[in-house]
Amino acid sequence: MEINTNGATTSSAAVGGGGGDSRFTQQELPACKPIVTPGLVITTFTIIGIIFIPMGLVSLSASEHVPKLMKSPVFIYYQLDSFYQNHRRYVKSRSDKQLRNKAAENETTTCDPEGRSQPDRAPIVPCGLIAWTLFNDTYGFSVRQKKIQVNKRNIAWDSDKGHKFGSNVFPKNFQTGGLIGGAQLDSSIPLSEQEDLIVWMRTAALPNFRKLYGRIEEDLQPNEEITVVIQNNYNTYSFGGRKELVLSTTSWIGGKNDFLGIAYITVGGLCLFFAVSFILLYVIKPRPLGDPSYLSWNKSPSGHPN
Amino acid sequence: MDSKSPLENLHSIEPAISSSSRRSNFSIQSKASGGNSIREVNFSDLGSKPVRYGSRGADSETYSMSQKEINDEDARLVYINDSEKTNERFEFAGNSIRTGKYSILTFLPRNLFEQFHRVAYVYFLVIAILNQLPQLAVFGRGASIMPLAFVLLITAVKDAYEDYRRHRSDKIENNRLASVLVNDQFQQKKWKNIQVGEVIKIHANETIPCDMALLSTSDPTGVAYVQTINLDGESNLKTRYAKQETLLKIPEKEKVTGLIKCEKPNRNIYGFQANMEIDGKRLSLGPSNIILRGCELKNTAWVVGVAVYAGRETKAMLNSSGAPSKRSRLESQMNLEIIFLSLFLIALCTVVSVCAAVWLRHHRDELDYLPFYRRKDFSDPDEDEKDYNYYGWGMEIFFTFLMAVIVFQIMIPISLYISMELVRVGQAYFMIRDTEMYDESSNSRFQCRALNINEDLGQIKYVFSDKTGTLTENKMEFQCASIWGVDYSGGKVTSQEQHDGYFVQEDGKVLRPKMKVKTDPELLQFARRGKETKESSHVHDFFLALAACNTIVPLIVETSDPTVKLIDYQGESPDEQALVYAAAAYGFMLIERTSGHIVIDIQGERQRFNVLGMHEFDSDRKRMSVILGFPDKSVKIFVKGADTSMFSVIDRSYNMNVLRTTEAHLYSYSSLGLRTLVVGMRELSTSEFEEWHSAFEAASTALMGRAALLRKVASNIENNLYVLGASAIEDKLQRGVPEAIESLRTAGIKVWVLTGDKQETAISIGYSSKLLTSKMTQIIINSNSKDSCRKSLEDAIIMSKKLTTISGATNSTGGTSGVDLTPVALIIDGTSLVYILDSELEEMLFQLACNCSVVLCCRVAPLQKAGIVALVKNRTSDMTLAIGDGANDVSMIQMADVGVGISGQEGRQAVMASDFAMGQFRFLVPLLLVHGHWNYQRMGYMILYNFYRNAVFVLVLFWYVLFTCFTLTTAINEWSSVLYSVIYTSVPTIVVGILDKDLSRRMLLNYPQLYGAGQRQECYNRRLFWITMIDTLWQSAVVFFIPLLAYWGSTIDAPSIGDLWTLAVVILVNLHLAMDVIRWNWITHAAIWGSIIATCICIIVIDALPSLVGYWAIFEIAKTGLFWLCLLAIIVAALIPRFVVKVLYQLYTPCDVQIAREAEKFPSQMTSGAVELEMNAILDPPRR
Repeated sequence: MEINTNGATTSSAAVGGGGGDSRFTQQELPACKPIVTPGLVITTFTIIGIIFIPMGLVSLSASEHVPKLMKSPVFIYYQLDSFYQNHRRYVKSRSDKQLRNKAAENETTTCDPEGRSQPDRAPIVPCGLIAWTLFNDTYGFSVRQKKIQVNKRNIAWDSDKGHKFGSNVFPKNFQTGGLIGGAQLDSSIPLSEQEDLIVWMRTAALPNFRKLYGRIEEDLQPNEEITVVIQNNYNTYSFGGRKELVLSTTSWIGGKNDFLGIAYITVGGLCLFFAVSFILLYVIKPRPLGDPSYLSWNKSPSGHPN
Repeated sequence: MDSKSPLENLHSIEPAISSSSRRSNFSIQSKASGGNSIREVNFSDLGSKPVRYGSRGADSETYSMSQKEINDEDARLVYINDSEKTNERFEFAGNSIRTGKYSILTFLPRNLFEQFHRVAYVYFLVIAILNQLPQLAVFGRGASIMPLAFVLLITAVKDAYEDYRRHRSDKIENNRLASVLVNDQFQQKKWKNIQVGEVIKIHANETIPCDMALLSTSDPTGVAYVQTINLDGESNLKTRYAKQETLLKIPEKEKVTGLIKCEKPNRNIYGFQANMEIDGKRLSLGPSNIILRGCELKNTAWVVGVAVYAGRETKAMLNSSGAPSKRSRLESQMNLEIIFLSLFLIALCTVVSVCAAVWLRHHRDELDYLPFYRRKDFSDPDEDEKDYNYYGWGMEIFFTFLMAVIVFQIMIPISLYISMELVRVGQAYFMIRDTEMYDESSNSRFQCRALNINEDLGQIKYVFSDKTGTLTENKMEFQCASIWGVDYSGGKVTSQEQHDGYFVQEDGKVLRPKMKVKTDPELLQFARRGKETKESSHVHDFFLALAACNTIVPLIVETSDPTVKLIDYQGESPDEQALVYAAAAYGFMLIERTSGHIVIDIQGERQRFNVLGMHEFDSDRKRMSVILGFPDKSVKIFVKGADTSMFSVIDRSYNMNVLRTTEAHLYSYSSLGLRTLVVGMRELSTSEFEEWHSAFEAASTALMGRAALLRKVASNIENNLYVLGASAIEDKLQRGVPEAIESLRTAGIKVWVLTGDKQETAISIGYSSKLLTSKMTQIIINSNSKDSCRKSLEDAIIMSKKLTTISGATNSTGGTSGVDLTPVALIIDGTSLVYILDSELEEMLFQLACNCSVVLCCRVAPLQKAGIVALVKNRTSDMTLAIGDGANDVSMIQMADVGVGISGQEGRQAVMASDFAMGQFRFLVPLLLVHGHWNYQRMGYMILYNFYRNAVFVLVLFWYVLFTCFTLTTAINEWSSVLYSVIYTSVPTIVVGILDKDLSRRMLLNYPQLYGAGQRQECYNRRLFWITMIDTLWQSAVVFFIPLLAYWGSTIDAPSIGDLWTLAVVILVNLHLAMDVIRWNWITHAAIWGSIIATCICIIVIDALPSLVGYWAIFEIAKTGLFWLCLLAIIVAALIPRFVVKVLYQLYTPCDVQIAREAEKFPSQMTSGAVELEMNAILDPPRR
């Protein structure tokens, strides 16, 4: 690409009445005019191919890497399938003001029908369906009869803890109705420290999702048998879903997912294929750039083929 | 030409045209009764009685029968000086006018009504209203209304201001004063209070307030001169006559009573028909007896007349039909695509609601306790089993549908309308500032008056041009003369004396002609010598003929220098003006013209000649003559006229040599495009004169067939002349007109010339402007009745078909094909058009015109011009452009898709009615070929891009809805949705829409054929739309599904993935644009990269607000590698198909613009030699 400064062909007649004719007003600003040349096309495809295939391979290896050893920290996730945390009724059913600010605990109109407790219609803190359905299975881990400590601190985002959930807001009237949706909350702990709640309330984008349960802060050896004691509280039958428990160390790509690696390899391969095809095309059937014989009025002298 | 003898030439139809041997002429003339006499002599007497210049009243014999009774039902009865009685039975319109559209009360409803003609506005109004319902409130209340309200407000303010200005000018107009006869006294009265039937007195230089029938004038012969510049754009004086019978009446002294029975108000400014009953006599009134509103009285001290039409019923107002608001074709096409988009939108909404219906049905038993649905409301213990926010299955589906419409609303891009307006303003700015469209002579820039049809300029297929003042400068100049077989054409301005020009002294004051004419020194010497030699005596007679044989009125004009006075020659024919100025320059200065005599200053000696008779010009004879009584009692007739008509009345035995050489000179003059006239004279013997005089008297007092009789008298006397010589006048073409027409035609634009001028003039201009070429076959249609018109058309169609098929071409209408056929030029006059337009013959004319590469219409009235434009506009989808400078072009300018006004000498009316105004005709080339091309390309691309841009976003939203139980949740932040088309992606498209250039100006001007891209609708068409939509579908799928699959079953939360989608869409959409930008200057760079940066900033800001759900999401997700991998994968994968298709398309079916771009980049391919070669290929049709 070269910078083409179009020679200003305009006559330099000064326009009367101020202004003057700059290159701007004459639309003759220096400009670069890239055009698609065979070289450019082939180079582009080749470069993309060369970059994408290795990237795909790296991501594949990163996500397919079956660790012999699970180095600490090992993340514990619970996974729910077919739970629509992104359902319109559900995502709207929260009161961010109330969560942040003690003074706003009466702001529950968006939370109905889980806004007020019965029968005194006192505000529920935290209100809304999201909080009401808080996941309440618990997991205990042990290896060879030895209990493994699960660290449940710092599983939520610091930003949420610091700014979205108030340190002076305490649970109130929570899960006191006739219908219990999920976990209870310790009303002596402020919301900013209720990390399970904070994690749960960062609603998942997709119906199949994981949420961080806690961390095991010791290495797990290969082929080690881990015993998990699950307290199966959470009702998944109501929505026909499934629950899973996932232990994972995190890679730079974030968890195990082959898709992106495959996608990269496919795109890269496709680009190399295009590069080769275009090389062939340009060799077999070249068209000189700017050849005037291709102009429509030169091709068909009897007028334009409409 | 060599094979043709000059004599053969005489019988060709065009008098002043070069002809080559290849040219053939076909003339289809039907001589029906009457002919079209324009002026004829009425009365005359020997010197004592004033001669009357032909009364136009006699015209009515040809246009309609003046003796015909006007039916009482069709008539308007005007009682002179009795407005009460006049208005008793019918209230005729008062004289106040109203051009404003709105009043204060009607403004709001009417303006809104007009604005909501845009379907898109109605749509957004409905959406905004829907969003106000609590069940459907998807977006915040204010936010949903703001964009629409903003657009409406801006437009309303603009309209209000424009209307205010109209009201103001109406008020000024209505409050002007005129003297009206009230109680036998002339009193000042406001224009708006003038009523039909009132007697009005107009003084010199006053504007006429309403259409009036003349009663008397200050001139004893009843002549009044009016300037009709405001009406038909002609700047010369026109003569109007009061009837002899009313001439002597003085309304203040004796009560004038009478009855005028006239036709109903109509738009024909050249026609009027009425009877006047006065003093028991019945007189017929014609178009020469009325003066029309808007004209100015000149050179006449006063006139008195009766108001016959007032206010909106005046011919001027009826002709200024309101400007219809124009909409560009691209926009109308776009509206159709918008309908497709709305169907698509409905489809999306239907899919969502059907899915939602199925889902609700499927889960109907679980809904009550579904953790994320919870239909049952237990909060109120009193009312058991109440549903919370659930209105039943059917209603829920219905609500889902409506909410889907709200969420997907930007599928129909409202921002596009705003962007288009902005882009047009930007384009207009560059058109206005273009130095190549700046007229130095008048110091005027290009004006963009209509802001919504810029892109139409790139698709023009027909140009309808006025002639006088548009193609020509409307300045006739005497160029050279051939006198007695000697050619004097060395006109050079050399000496100081010549520079000053000729002048005469009068009472110590210098009198000189207003216009200077360059003189030939040799001829000047002869002219000074008087009648010394034989040669100089011929020169003397020649210039005497030029000075005398005309209808010019000399006006003495004071100048700022008290010792200098100028003579301004006023007359209807600019040619005559030029000749009289020429005569003056050679020392034959016409000083005075009254009815009975003329005074000519011949080389400083004043001579008085009696005008014994005058046969004015008519288009049958094509000559005029004047009979002068010389001071020495001799009587001579001087005749001047077109060569064809003159040579037939010349005594060939007299001097064959002179005749031959004159013919040769004429031929060479006319091949230069000059307008030639031949001058002849003869001395009349006493007996001859007496004979003529009695015949003339008899003819001018005849009641029936006066015109024909007079013509016969004239023909009898105009014979056996000997030729004095010939004059050549140049109607100077504007600079660059032939080249401009050439360029336009190469660009595949058909140029039609519509002119009020006579046929000969039109044809000669046609040649000099290269519109007509010697290779063309001319078809001339001059008919005087419907039947003969039909016959002419039938013959012409057959002939044109034959000619076009002889050349073997089948496609005669498309593109530039005209160049390969034996080109056919159609020349048709206004009289024929009267019978053709608005009748079934229109279709035939259209067919014929399609076969012709050039159409010349002569002698057409303003509304006929519009009729011709409509003829083409209504029958084809091709774009039409009308260009003109006078008020007579207004209707045509308004009728055409694009109206261009030349801001020339003829008033401002054309400019006021136009969409674009400029100083010179040649600016049409940069306007269409450069700016039109650019604007069309830019706008076409912008519309497609905007469709794509919004659709891709909507589709990403749509895909997500499929994974949220069809409940219209958006992962993308609500604010981002609003800002998407406002901040994230709008600036680049506007900048590109204003600044991008697919080709350089030089390239476009060198290859006018590149204009074809717009005519073929290459930048915006249905196919491109669908291709774009398929691409959109692919891109949206890539944007959505790559993150979906990458993050499936992960901890990703909605705001985070929403941010990823937002960023991905914005980057993708901007890179998509970047891929199509042709010229990258710093502004484009700033806009595109700046938008991406601005988007990032906005997302960061939004995610830094703790009150929103997505607090800090972008920071959390940007920490992960997956995010960046997704982004890269999305952009590459989304753009690959487009890139591949683009490359393949450019490789194998490159469009002209593409080739030209490459040639621009690698100039070696198109050498200058190649350029010439191609141009030649265009200019020269293949020889067979």
